[in-house]
Amino acid sequence: MIHSLDSVIRQHAFFNELDEHHIQFIVGCAKNVRFDTNHYIFREGDDADQFFFILEGLVSVELMVPTKGSVTVQTVGEGDVFGWSWLAPPYRWHFDARTMRKTHALAFDGKCLRAKCEEDHDLGYEILKRFANVAVERLDATRLQLLDLYGAHV
Amino acid sequence: MAHTFELPIIEAPVMLDPMMPVPYRIERVKRETNDTFTLGLMPANGVGVTSFGPGQFNMLYIFGVGEVPISISSDPRSCPALEHTTRVVGPVTKAMGGLKRGDVIGIRGPFGSRWPVTEEMGRDFVIVTGGIGLAPLRPALYQLMAQREKYRKIVLLYGARTPQDILYRRELEHWRGKFDLEIQVTVDRGGGNWRGNVGVVTTLISRAPFDPSETVALVCGPEVMMRFAVMELQKRGVRSPKIFVSMERNMKCAVGFCGHCQYGPAFICKDGPVFSFDRIEPIFGKAEI
Repeated sequence: MIHSLDSVIRQHAFFNELDEHHIQFIVGCAKNVRFDTNHYIFREGDDADQFFFILEGLVSVELMVPTKGSVTVQTVGEGDVFGWSWLAPPYRWHFDARTMRKTHALAFDGKCLRAKCEEDHDLGYEILKRFANVAVERLDATRLQLLDLYGAHV
Repeated sequence: MAHTFELPIIEAPVMLDPMMPVPYRIERVKRETNDTFTLGLMPANGVGVTSFGPGQFNMLYIFGVGEVPISISSDPRSCPALEHTTRVVGPVTKAMGGLKRGDVIGIRGPFGSRWPVTEEMGRDFVIVTGGIGLAPLRPALYQLMAQREKYRKIVLLYGARTPQDILYRRELEHWRGKFDLEIQVTVDRGGGNWRGNVGVVTTLISRAPFDPSETVALVCGPEVMMRFAVMELQKRGVRSPKIFVSMERNMKCAVGFCGHCQYGPAFICKDGPVFSFDRIEPIFGKAEI
């Protein structure tokens, strides 16, 4: 089944209850992207000017550790929004993102959206609220991961 | 005319004394991970547990060492044969880890409440588990898969520490291959050739395919994991009476007599270990309980 960008964005919980003109602006910032397996979507230190909404596939968020190589700190999959370095200076990626499977996503032009958020603070607030929620979820998950829950001492 | 009646011989279930261990012989020992093993057991004298429900536990007695509560991890249809999957965490389980085929241990049980598998036919089932928490859910999975047509979606979300710590790996692969059970596994630390999910199991809940209004959730694992899993399930819209958790406390007598496992107004051994979440919601996660 083929869905338009517009309908996919409207159906996603992340964009729930946004004003119509904000939705229309966001749709204008979005494009479909497809990546093969083992493709680096972005690399640590590169300009962060996008964020992604995964429609299908799996992406590994990695960090290069000397002597260990690439270490996966988490994976994100279908329905997840990822990438928030476009929101905070210096607007550079802090991690690598590599596809573990063929991945279909929506890519949003963060640079354009950032400029619009500066101009329209209502939109800026709505976007920040949503990203704050994603960040809280990721932080909770990271804290649990750090607890080493299944280790013998817990 | 005289009638003779031949009385049918009815084999009544053997009522075992709940305080008297029954000898069971170890038929096999399977190393699951570096610190976890499964004992396959058969009654040593022909008399043993005649039935059990998924989620129930037995008290396993290592002669001269001590007794520990361990969930039954085998198929309920395979009684009186039993399996117990155990991780080495203390002196008794350490001694248990040294047992070999042919050794005998004592078993009391089965005790406690069950996962509501037969009571909730016709619904989606989502099973959220981590670490050795998969062991008490394995009998529920057997039961669900044995009557697959009576349920809607069945989703297993399982978290392990590393890929090497995944329990029942071959069985999971077998079930996944049947295409009527959605299995998602995640590990806290990937590495090597691991191509799957990395992150805590609770992150899988938001994208798992189930209808929250028609779902029964079975949750078992470390209590912290269960707290966050319940939050995520509720966020998806699963109602508290349809969320079931398996609690763990210091169980000793297993019959609600000694009080060691008191949990608020309940005893885990007798009223639990499986509780519907609405029953324990007010005290769940309270440090003082």
